[in-house]
Amino acid sequence: MVERKTIFSYLPHLILLIGIAVVAFPVYVAFVASTWDPATISNGQMPLRPGPHFLENYYQTIFVGTSRTTREPVGGMMFNSLVMALTIAIGKIAISIISAFAIVYFRFPFRMTAFWVIFVTLMLPVEVRIYPTYKIVSDLGLLDSYAGLTIPLIASATATLLFRQFFMTVPDELVEASKIDGAGPMQFFRDTLLPLSITSIAALFVIQFIYGWNQYLWPLLITTRDSMQTIVIGIKKMIVTQDALTEWQIAMATAVLAMLPPVLVVILMQRLFVKGLVETEK
Amino acid sequence: MEKRVVFDGKLLPYALLLPQLIITLVFFYWPAAQAVRQSFLIEDAFGTSSQFVWFENYAHLFTNPDYYRSMLTTAVFSILVTVFSLSLSLLLAVQADKQIKAAGAYKTFLMWPYAVAPAVAGVLWLFMFQPSLGLVSQAIRSLGFDWNPTLNGNHALSLVVMAATWKQISYNFLFFLAGLQSIPKSVIEAAAIDGARPARRFWTIIFPLLSPTTFFLLVVNIVYVFFDTFGIIDSVTGGGPAQATTTLVYKVFSDGRLGGDLGGSAAQSVVLMILVIGMTAIQFRYIERKVQY
Repeated sequence: MVERKTIFSYLPHLILLIGIAVVAFPVYVAFVASTWDPATISNGQMPLRPGPHFLENYYQTIFVGTSRTTREPVGGMMFNSLVMALTIAIGKIAISIISAFAIVYFRFPFRMTAFWVIFVTLMLPVEVRIYPTYKIVSDLGLLDSYAGLTIPLIASATATLLFRQFFMTVPDELVEASKIDGAGPMQFFRDTLLPLSITSIAALFVIQFIYGWNQYLWPLLITTRDSMQTIVIGIKKMIVTQDALTEWQIAMATAVLAMLPPVLVVILMQRLFVKGLVETEK
Repeated sequence: MEKRVVFDGKLLPYALLLPQLIITLVFFYWPAAQAVRQSFLIEDAFGTSSQFVWFENYAHLFTNPDYYRSMLTTAVFSILVTVFSLSLSLLLAVQADKQIKAAGAYKTFLMWPYAVAPAVAGVLWLFMFQPSLGLVSQAIRSLGFDWNPTLNGNHALSLVVMAATWKQISYNFLFFLAGLQSIPKSVIEAAAIDGARPARRFWTIIFPLLSPTTFFLLVVNIVYVFFDTFGIIDSVTGGGPAQATTTLVYKVFSDGRLGGDLGGSAAQSVVLMILVIGMTAIQFRYIERKVQY
């Protein structure tokens, strides 16, 4: 600020670069491992530069899968993850935006009760009700189905609160104007409210897509068939306790593939991501 | 805060709320109620009949040394991850907040680990620290230290702590950076003119003004360690060796599944539910204050 420029003015750059290197190192190691042959990795002599087996390993990972443990092509797992992430993100946004609309723009008996019923779900994460929830999904016959994977995760107090907060900032004059034009509530919702909410929707989509893609405990419980696995579950199953059986080059290629979509979403939609992160925490 | 102008409609608002409420009731409230009910029951070995036993499951839980051990593990785990990830990300955020070139690029390169799934983060760290072939573990061993997270509980816990810290740094960094950027520059300039050196400016002005963010992150980080590290633990250690990395949430999972002790697992769920309610209450009380601040 007022200090003279000295050699120390490069210190922030140095610290940040070290920070970035430390943060990126595990991913770099995983990428390098995904380009070597199993023998090089398992004798512990893997160099720190990419090897010659990039195409071969990724081809096997995506289309064939491991030869010893899961034997399921990772391409299919990625498809399952994609369906799960998209359904959860879109589903959460859809049901939350209409509930927030109902709570903000209507007066009806038990309005606040409904609000609190939704709000309290914040305090009931899946981790504290693991087996009873599993039992319900199994009683409904939803095990090993996309519906079972996604519907129980679609309810969202955070998204509802976010939209409620946003709707509160929308000027009342807009409602009055629509009413004078003879528009009904759904017309107002579609023609005025939805276009205004588009940035909030996009920001929320980014956060919820990552949330859905990275789910672990829930798909672990719900999927028993290998063909229904998501990639995050698949990678865990590739790592076997008898280390000799683990095909690390495939497991690491899978790790890279599992990170790629959500990381790309964060980097490409940085602004929306930060907005979504800050807003969902309010 | 209420809207002045609203629409008329008798059934429409209920119809709009219906999907959310159905999912909430079926998949949140009903199972939560079941967990409470089950915590008062003991099932026989075949799961065919169950007996109402009042607080026996709870009494059993609170006389079980394993449960206290798991509490201790969770506490140590939370403290380590919170302290490490908060201090490292504050250090990085303070650097990125200085008017330096390429601050935006640094931000981009530090924020992406947020998007990595906990279970995948665990696998990355497991690979580096794998006793026989991991790059880092070989370096550690060449220094003469007998590193083996599959046998030594402390090694396993430190591995899980590293993976969990790594994953959380980006989140804390973004919030600290936003907090730092919202501190008025005039206050800091005034202190600089009065002759306060950078270190003093940080500890007497910036750090106190940042305390709402720090407190918020403290709560969020503890919640993160409690619930979101399940994937890391399951992929790195599976709760072992000898339950050294079994946190409270992991114990609910492993007792119910592998142990088949549904009553005990349900009692643990109820204890956790009470904890979450407490933490959420703290979080929201704090948010109320931030609005006034």
